[in-house]
Amino acid sequence: MTTTAAPAATAGEAVATGQDALRAAFDAAVAEDTRIEPRDWMPDAYRATLVRQMAQHAHSEIIGMQPEANWITRAPSLRRKAILMAKVQDEAGHGLYLYSATETLGVGRDELLDKLHAGRQRYSSIFNYPTLTWADVGAIGWLVDGAAITNQVPLCRCSYGPYARAMVRICKEESFHQRQGYELLLALSRGTAAQHAMAQDAVNRWWWPSLMMFGPPDDESAHSAQSMAWKIKRHSNDELRQRFVDICVPQAEVLGLTLPDPDLRWNESRGAHDYGEIDWSEFQEVLRGNGPCNEERINRRRAAHDNGAWVREAATAYAAKHGEAQA
Amino acid sequence: MTGQTSGDWPLWEVFVRSRRGLSHSHAGSLHAPDAEMALRNARDLYTRRAEGVSIWVVPSSAVTASSPDEKDPFFESAADKPYRHPTFYEIPEGVKHL
Repeated sequence: MTTTAAPAATAGEAVATGQDALRAAFDAAVAEDTRIEPRDWMPDAYRATLVRQMAQHAHSEIIGMQPEANWITRAPSLRRKAILMAKVQDEAGHGLYLYSATETLGVGRDELLDKLHAGRQRYSSIFNYPTLTWADVGAIGWLVDGAAITNQVPLCRCSYGPYARAMVRICKEESFHQRQGYELLLALSRGTAAQHAMAQDAVNRWWWPSLMMFGPPDDESAHSAQSMAWKIKRHSNDELRQRFVDICVPQAEVLGLTLPDPDLRWNESRGAHDYGEIDWSEFQEVLRGNGPCNEERINRRRAAHDNGAWVREAATAYAAKHGEAQA
Repeated sequence: MTGQTSGDWPLWEVFVRSRRGLSHSHAGSLHAPDAEMALRNARDLYTRRAEGVSIWVVPSSAVTASSPDEKDPFFESAADKPYRHPTFYEIPEGVKHL
């Protein structure tokens, strides 16, 4: 080591100076918009924030497989079935990209799954709503994936390199998810009166929960300010929510469907749509575990993990037998 | 207990050649019990949309990386040698093919 601390400096002071230099390098990298990479020094709170957000994001991807997988066996045509299977497989893939990215922060895959199964880490509350009809598959693609894309595109420029890279890949694939949902709803909306009503009902049920996906209003968002300062987050919750509303209104018109908000109207002076009050008590209830499907989702996840144990064991035994495992 | 979990499996780095004539580039990483499963998982995870014509998987433990702490001294010797770049040299105007 080539430290040239003055002889009078104690070891403790030298360490403190080293920390200051590391923090300065981190701050400079964030300020200059160069990315933070896994082996760089980072503040503990930055690492903890990323683990929390990325784990929640990864968990959301794999829990998100459930509401749609519910309809795979009942898709109305082979075309729709193949599309839906590809989409659900993509969600699994997105989960894996994000788990890998989270692991670069020094947490193990098992630890993350254990915390999900124990209810100690969250996933997006949107997946605690049920998919009651086939039209829900369309509404999820259009609105839920649409909201996710609005949230995720800015994350492609997140200050943490592995997260940003995972998001680039995910955003490319999400575009198919949104378009297949829109096309599905359009087919229903232009179909029989019953099909049109089914599409409208699905949009009515998914609209408000989709707006909640952007998180609490800016003045009540616990982590927003610090995440913006660290450039993990690039836009505020309300800003992204507004962007999403403005995107959806003309898309709903083409669909021939309405959005269930009597207060939704163009505001000339703001150059944006005004929209009604969001029922945040519902959001809080779902977060607290009292949504329609919280228990079902987590039980299904645990069962899938337990029922897959023999596959993992067999793969490990096969690898050991053939002597190829690299410890 | 649910026995072995995928987190116990070694980590593999995945490199994908997107088409013939290009080099393999790093796509990401995954867990797998052995090289063969790593290849299969990599195909399912990183080439679902025909993103590749060839895949390499390498145990992450086999990668030796330069230290981020020493990045400045480590790469410093290249910084003061501008004469390694063609733009360092002044050539009279009008000289062609140089």
